[in-house]
Amino acid sequence: MKVTGAQAMMKCLEEQGVEVIFGFPGGAVIDIYDELMKTDIQHVLVRHEQAAVHAADAYGRVKGDVGVALVTSGPGATNTVTGIASAYMDSIPIVVFTGQVPTALIGNDAFQEVDIVGITRPCTKHNYLVKNVEDLVPTIREAFHIARTGRPGPVLIDLPKDVVAAKIKFPEPKPVKMQSYRPTYEPHPGQIQKACKAMLKAKKPVVYAGGGVIASNSNEELTELAKNLHMPVTMTLMGLGGFPGTDPLSLGMLGMHGTYTANMAVANCDLLIAVGARFDDRVTGKIDAFAPNAKIIHVDIDPTSISKNVGVDIPIVADCKHALAAMNNYLRTSADFDSDDLKEKHTPFLSQIDEWKKKHPLGYIQDDEKIKPQFVVEKLHQLTKGDAIITTEVGQNQMWAAQFYHFNHPRAFMTSGGLGVMGYGFPAAIGAQMAAPDRTVIDVAGDGSIQMNIQELATARQYKCPVKIAILNNSYLGMVRQWQELFYDKRYSGTDIEVAPDFVKLAEAYGAVGLRASKPSEVEPVIKEALATNNTVIMDFVISREEGVYPMVPAGKATTEMLLV
Amino acid sequence: MKHTISVLLQNKPGVLSRVTGLFSGRGFNIQSLSVAETLDEGISSLTLVTAGDDNIIEQITKQLHKLIDVIKVIDVSETDFVEREMVIIRVNAESHTRAEVLRIIDIFRGKVVDVSPKSYAVEITGSVSKVKAVIDILKPIGIQEIVRTGTIAMARAKKS
Ligand SMILES: Cc1ncc(C[n+]2csc(CCOP(=O)(O)OP(=O)(O)O)c2C)c(N)n1
Ligand SMILES: [Mg+2]
Repeated sequence: MKVTGAQAMMKCLEEQGVEVIFGFPGGAVIDIYDELMKTDIQHVLVRHEQAAVHAADAYGRVKGDVGVALVTSGPGATNTVTGIASAYMDSIPIVVFTGQVPTALIGNDAFQEVDIVGITRPCTKHNYLVKNVEDLVPTIREAFHIARTGRPGPVLIDLPKDVVAAKIKFPEPKPVKMQSYRPTYEPHPGQIQKACKAMLKAKKPVVYAGGGVIASNSNEELTELAKNLHMPVTMTLMGLGGFPGTDPLSLGMLGMHGTYTANMAVANCDLLIAVGARFDDRVTGKIDAFAPNAKIIHVDIDPTSISKNVGVDIPIVADCKHALAAMNNYLRTSADFDSDDLKEKHTPFLSQIDEWKKKHPLGYIQDDEKIKPQFVVEKLHQLTKGDAIITTEVGQNQMWAAQFYHFNHPRAFMTSGGLGVMGYGFPAAIGAQMAAPDRTVIDVAGDGSIQMNIQELATARQYKCPVKIAILNNSYLGMVRQWQELFYDKRYSGTDIEVAPDFVKLAEAYGAVGLRASKPSEVEPVIKEALATNNTVIMDFVISREEGVYPMVPAGKATTEMLLV
Repeated sequence: MKHTISVLLQNKPGVLSRVTGLFSGRGFNIQSLSVAETLDEGISSLTLVTAGDDNIIEQITKQLHKLIDVIKVIDVSETDFVEREMVIIRVNAESHTRAEVLRIIDIFRGKVVDVSPKSYAVEITGSVSKVKAVIDILKPIGIQEIVRTGTIAMARAKKS
């Protein structure tokens, strides 16, 4: 029996285990929408295509699988670009379907035609224009395979309208085999041995864990390794939750807004064990001064990440989970390994770390007058027992969330790390809530960023997503203002956003709930009420306007040159 | 340092722009690039000449390899290899220089491929240094037009 391309696509999506699609329709994808309606796949109608991609991104992160978005040609497709670029920078597996004008019209400047494959080439892991209906199903299978394997990432499939209308016999499922794409999962045993020997020898080792730990689900293997060897662990923004944030061995986040302890520990370590991280400039600061005395082990599934920014002594190309398991295994059977010996050997360094922690902990001073944003995040942590899924916008709000919500579990923190796109957090919260209906999901937001995708209040309401938005409202594009305060003599050019909607009324206009706290004493009651409300809630926290994020390493400086509170 | 990199890739639309986009997007330079089908029409071979220190060349080969459509990447200049370039040069050939041009072409084992009363178009094939030498010698006579294929290269087979 023959089916249309659109019908084949639905069958193939079901075969791939797709349960939810975030999308927005248009002329080029009406045939697909017509079939989508007949399936069990839930469609979530967003109010802007960028939101569909961010929602798919967070949905995939929470589920540990591929998120899916569907949009129309032309403007629908171009609106996805920011979301795709964010997923690319953060190695998030998503598949984005875009409609396209009929093949006969491609290249003719047809109505709503855009070369989206050309536009997204540099910000997708791979992309396709499907020109024949015979290629449709194999392409979709390949796309999901590419998105979810190796270093994950976004894949885009452009679907001309005539291709999804044409008929074919549905090709039987078969495993994807690609001549030119075979990621390396297994580590080289010799490298594992070298790495373990270096770890056994080190006096001052530090583990530097990135998003790869989350992507590969290797938090348990990492925790086992670090605890057995008594090695302190610092995490990148993307790696938070990869090791328990409240564990005594946790140093917290490192880098530009990292903890004093994490940056000092890295600067003084004799062995740095980088796992699924990419030595981003926000992490390293001035490159020559980054871990200057350390031997470096680097585990990553993507060979291009190794020795890209910083020279590596022991490279290990592998899936983090496989590599860490191999290390744990090696150590278990190694005659040289004695956990107590190592503890003793690391004691001077670990005591030094304790001193650093005491000397400059993350801190703030809360008075009776103005709400401090850090206080809000700490209260959120306390009242959710550290168990919520947190998404963030971008700016100061993002850094405060990262610093003060001490993540103990993976896949609980969704943020746009590499691209840093304002407007990510709210649609991401919706995506996360769709993936985990029973969890508390909170978007820690800025007053600027939240306005970039505020229209999604309608989506949240339509799908009864009880997500909570905590606006840390400073009436500024705060992070940019902070740079202007520190490096531009307080010339606040273009960063004052005092003209803003009344967020409480705005929430109400959408049928959501709006709450405001203007005094420190109101913070806890507002959060409690929000958590008890089975509806979308905006909490508007009017915070101390010129609060800054500290520590801060000025761009291009060594990470030890921190500005402290 | 100059490197000659040989790449096997899927012969699909857009593949070449993935390669060139990678170079422009990451600020690598391309000195020349040449691409054509192999015996298997589903696979193309591409030779590109680039320059950079060891770190850059390592990134270039890794990044090329990371492209989904790329099957194989070899830095042939790391091994023993042959490289050739072909050039067609239209050079002034008036009565007093016609014989001289022919003599030069002969020395370089070139061929005249087009003749007009005031010019010859000549074809020369050889290593990059040979092509450069021909151009340097013909320049004073007057080169009207020049077209080059870019370098193609192949690693030499192991001798034993
Ligand atoms: C789409 C986008 N445009 C611009 C920026 C640059 N930028 C980074 S942080 C920031 C300020 C964000 O303001 P707000 O959301 O109020 O957060 P705050 O820093 O005040 O917490 C800006 C403009 C960005 N990251 N993303
Ligand atoms: Mg703000």
